[in-house]
Amino acid sequence: MWTFLHKLGSPRHFYRISGGMLPWLAWTTALLMAAGLYGGLVLAPPDYQQGESYRIIFIHVPSAWMSLFVYVIMAAAGAVGLVWRIKLADVMAAASAPLGASFTFLALVTGSLWGKPMWGTYWVWDARLTSELVLLFLYFGVMGLHAAIEDKRTASRAAAVLALVGVVNIPIIHYSVEWWSTLHQGPTVTKFDAPSIHLSMLVPLLLMALAFKLYYVTVLLMRARSEVLERERSSAWVRELARGT
Amino acid sequence: MNGPGAGYAFVRLLERDLVLAVRNRGELANPLLFYVIVATLFPLGVTSDPKTLATMAAGVLWIAALLATLLSLDNLFRSDFDDGTLELMMLSPCPTTLLVLAKVLAHWLVTGLPLLVATPLLAVLMAVPEAARWTLWLTLLLGTPVLSLVGGIGVALTVGLRRGGALLSLLVLPLYVPVLIFGANAVGATAAGLPVTGQLLMLCAFLVLALSLAPVATAAALRISID
Repeated sequence: MWTFLHKLGSPRHFYRISGGMLPWLAWTTALLMAAGLYGGLVLAPPDYQQGESYRIIFIHVPSAWMSLFVYVIMAAAGAVGLVWRIKLADVMAAASAPLGASFTFLALVTGSLWGKPMWGTYWVWDARLTSELVLLFLYFGVMGLHAAIEDKRTASRAAAVLALVGVVNIPIIHYSVEWWSTLHQGPTVTKFDAPSIHLSMLVPLLLMALAFKLYYVTVLLMRARSEVLERERSSAWVRELARGT
Repeated sequence: MNGPGAGYAFVRLLERDLVLAVRNRGELANPLLFYVIVATLFPLGVTSDPKTLATMAAGVLWIAALLATLLSLDNLFRSDFDDGTLELMMLSPCPTTLLVLAKVLAHWLVTGLPLLVATPLLAVLMAVPEAARWTLWLTLLLGTPVLSLVGGIGVALTVGLRRGGALLSLLVLPLYVPVLIFGANAVGATAAGLPVTGQLLMLCAFLVLALSLAPVATAAALRISID
């Protein structure tokens, strides 16, 4: 077990193992996403209040969940890289930032498209919208720092510190914005008693959430693979690889 | 540790930074002038109607203070980084967090404190209701040290870069959101006759949190920027 993990941590073995995993991951993602979309767009009944327009929930909610999830993963990977100097953790953190930013952006766009028919406006200064926007800025900060520092190792470590500061700040920002103003509907899935969402809608929603997670893992591995090649370009195994093909 | 203790180093560094600031009086005045000018531009750009001004004054003054702090942040470590003093500080046996705290405190004394002195005057110009003037001053007193402390992390991350200015604002401004919310809101609440103890206590909590964690993060960031 430990030797396997240890092996996985080395860029060379990671490149080999992830190459074998990618097709499986990609196909599972595609299947889950197809099933979730079919269930959500075709099978699920229209909402008695919101009609058909609620169906954007199947994109909006998973991407909003992912936006926070990816940030935490990015910060955790950054911390691992900072403490144990594992190269692969740095690579994962660097590859996560643009992905998380795009999930956040997607959540914002779908949210505002949903807001137009429901609230009658594309944008309101509502608590969750605002904290999502601030989260997008935090992602941009991490990406900007990555881009600005030439040495990749230093860039990763600096971005990790920033991501960790962000993790301490995200709850503070979230609750202060929440306290400041809120208009959003309450949580419908995570209530501890019966969730206030019908099963025929909940199942596709959870399928989509799972599909989004796997999509993230798939694209993360793809990005990490190319990042590994770029960072290790002067090492023997990458040269061998380049000569071989 | 042999020789003089860490407390001595703290005091000496603080003294040195303050003396440097006083010798460069022109630079000392810049953030203050910026603050006053930005606040002046708002009545010109929006309206001079005292009622409208009163509703937005707290936000305007808070944002002006935020930008003035941001503008002055770059000086925090820049000159010490350029001439190598910073490297020697990190090599010294004294804990870096303590030295960082001394530098940030000096920064606040040089930029935050003048803003506080100018605020009562600007509050009158911006037609802040009389009852709320104290609250505005108090929120700035509690909030500006947080701005300096959190800003320090951003500066430490970007000090090695040649053009870190724009990046610095991208890194730091989102982190200023909670302070701005509670600071500006407390003033509005006082003007409406509501109790503001909660907001003030929150600002105190932010200050304590920033005081205990920000120097650690700043020191870590400096270590990364230097090597």
